[in-house]
Amino acid sequence: MSKPKVAFYWCASCGGCEETVVDLAEDILGVVEAVDIVLWPVAMDFKYKEIEDMPDKSITATLLNGAVRSTEQEEMAHLMRRKSQFLIAYGSCAVNGGIPGLANQFTREQILKYNYEDAPTLGNGGQKIRPQLKSTEDGRELSLPELHNVVRSLDQVVEVDYYVPGCPPTPNITKTAITALLEGRLPPKGSVLAPDIALCEECDRKASKPTNLAFTEFKRTHQKLIDPTQCLLAQGVVCMGPATRSGCGAQCLGGNMPCTGCFGPTSRVRDQGLKIMSSLCANVAPKEEGDISKVLEGIPDPIGTFYRYGLAKSMLRRKVNLPANGK
Amino acid sequence: MNPTTQEAFNQGNLRANAAYQSARRSVTINPITRLEGHGRIDIFLDDKGDVERAYLRVPELRGFEVFSLGRPAEDMPQITSRICGVCPTSHHMASTKALDDLYKVESTSAGRKIRELVYNTFILEDHALHVFVLGGADFFVGPEALPAQRNIVGVIGKVGLEAGKKVISTRRRLRELIAYFGGKVVHPVFGLPGGVSKALKPEDLPKFKQLAQDGLEFALWTLSVFRKLVHGDPVYLKMITSDAYTHKTCYMGMVDEQNKVNFYDGKLRVVDCTGKEVCKFAAQEYLDYVAEHTEPWSYMKFTFLKQRGWKGFVEGPDTSIYSVAPLARLNASDGMATPEAQAAYESFYKTLGGKPVHYTLANHLARIIEMVYAAERMVQLVNDPEITSPEVRRVPTSVPKVGIGVVEAPRGTLFHHYETDEKGLISKANMIVATGNNAARIAMSVDRAAKGLIKGGHVSEGLLNEVEMAFRAYDPCLGCATHSLPGHLPLKVSIYDHDRRLVQQLVQD
Repeated sequence: MSKPKVAFYWCASCGGCEETVVDLAEDILGVVEAVDIVLWPVAMDFKYKEIEDMPDKSITATLLNGAVRSTEQEEMAHLMRRKSQFLIAYGSCAVNGGIPGLANQFTREQILKYNYEDAPTLGNGGQKIRPQLKSTEDGRELSLPELHNVVRSLDQVVEVDYYVPGCPPTPNITKTAITALLEGRLPPKGSVLAPDIALCEECDRKASKPTNLAFTEFKRTHQKLIDPTQCLLAQGVVCMGPATRSGCGAQCLGGNMPCTGCFGPTSRVRDQGLKIMSSLCANVAPKEEGDISKVLEGIPDPIGTFYRYGLAKSMLRRKVNLPANGK
Repeated sequence: MNPTTQEAFNQGNLRANAAYQSARRSVTINPITRLEGHGRIDIFLDDKGDVERAYLRVPELRGFEVFSLGRPAEDMPQITSRICGVCPTSHHMASTKALDDLYKVESTSAGRKIRELVYNTFILEDHALHVFVLGGADFFVGPEALPAQRNIVGVIGKVGLEAGKKVISTRRRLRELIAYFGGKVVHPVFGLPGGVSKALKPEDLPKFKQLAQDGLEFALWTLSVFRKLVHGDPVYLKMITSDAYTHKTCYMGMVDEQNKVNFYDGKLRVVDCTGKEVCKFAAQEYLDYVAEHTEPWSYMKFTFLKQRGWKGFVEGPDTSIYSVAPLARLNASDGMATPEAQAAYESFYKTLGGKPVHYTLANHLARIIEMVYAAERMVQLVNDPEITSPEVRRVPTSVPKVGIGVVEAPRGTLFHHYETDEKGLISKANMIVATGNNAARIAMSVDRAAKGLIKGGHVSEGLLNEVEMAFRAYDPCLGCATHSLPGHLPLKVSIYDHDRRLVQQLVQD
């Protein structure tokens, strides 16, 4: 019997997800043994043409990382969908839009203007030179693709079978997901391949989490020395743990910093940011508006704090005046 | 035939003839899908079919500076690390140092040593990744090897399975050290103004002492293998020292007080192509010394020496173009701060004909010399009694305004510059990354390689590989450069004839 075919592909991402696959380290030799990798741009040379020529559904599973923000990425997402039995959104950007999705709060015009007209290091002698869709130099015509306004998660573009969360996912959950696929032990379609409980459940500090929180102030991470044994919320530091899916081993807590929510919500939560906000706000001790505002001053950037990896997929999604396809 | 039809026929005929002419000039025409996320090279030929100009262009931009606006400064080390998942630790560290400066707080001594330990560990494992998996693979497997063999599997075939396993397991252990402090190895979380979030427990020290020792052994082994396989091979040596891969530009790198290479802290020193010091400045003065040039045909910006002014893509003693990364760091310094690395540094210049070395491909050996230094520095740090001190952070008390931080990323100098309101919320951010600093020289390397490889309209089959070698040596990260694409560089080459007609496209994914 021939080996199952597996593909890795990336869209708008940083490359960290690819590093995680490499971080399977010695285990990667086992994966390479068990499957036939047909596409992996970061580590091996392959031609897209070869993928196009493959029969539909001939790839067992494609792990696709990165958000979708260009027509090329959209095209590739459709192509990989067609060729694959299972399309897996791999990593926060593909699952929920990720950190690049924070750009949905701003316009393309703001980005271009800053980079090419306002940045403090620009040195064109006062001239404002922006990249042009079409330009000529000595009669040589050069064109650039247009940037798009909106960042989307993979399932906002094509149908997705499974999700592997994390920024990046850990080697462990990656290995578990690949093994489950290869052995045909498949959960219902649309499942997130990570434990469906909140991060607090696997956090070493769980015992110190108070049953009744009453916040009189929120401390930002640089403002206090964090006790490495106590629940962050008990220390007045915002931790996304209660609204975030477990499976990473509470790594950031291991680095003595709060969870920032990269694994996204559990299946029972539609909007991760709303969930944690309602939970935190219900526990603000003061009851008068002025006093409440004072407490909330400790969270000066709610979107960056509560939707750091999930803005594109959240109910907020983007600034209202941007068209979805960004032309 | 009526005149209108005649006219249409004539024009059609002319176009058909022109198409036939241009088709004859091209060698092969590969079918190609439209892929705009690729790095692009556009090559224009003159009437003889020789190269008039080749452009390397980057077609995307993510805009991290803009979507950082309004974010709390202390979140920046974690947000900006997402510029690049290959060198997240560099962005994290440059950003953390910018926070020290922003809050005018100095890291505690132990905090600084932990930062340095993590950072040198990161440089060692990242350089090892490049040497064995990315660009270095071009060399290990032999000059005639097929592209399909130029990967980690081919390298293991050459150095042996046991050695290959050593590479993989050493990298894994080095990355475990980063994860110990950083929580995560990709996108660590430990950097805060005034120090780090986590101390080293004394009971965990012995395994890191062993790791540092093994890391040093590993770096020295890499050095000896590379010297033998590459610099001992006359074919390679000829290639490394050939004109096609030589550029006389300025060089920038961070140095300590003795002008020795330092990745974590120091002043930035620039030398010209004769090795003479042009300037030396602190991170906070960077706006006086570096500036970015933009071109309408790429989203990537080209950094140059501000006081010399932009003079175009030219080299020589007066050029304002400088380069960064391993070779540049060695050229811009007076040596290495540790003994084994210093010995390798001296032998480097002795065998390559004195200082500065202008051969782009010498970056590979320079990178390995830096691995030796990073490992020796790790050994020093794990044997420092203060490394297990619990005093790893100082809480800042001053009102923030402006902060600038610089480190040497594996791929070169990396600047982070933030301005905030009095609450420490970002009102302006500016990042200049390694590949931006190298962009102009890389563009020149591509132009040079194309000119050397295409003559009389004949496009060499090896074009892509050789052009790729010209810039793989820089280990370029266009993801960093436009804060957009990830580390690997897929390429699309378009070739235009004298009449500016597209005659050929080649794609390497």
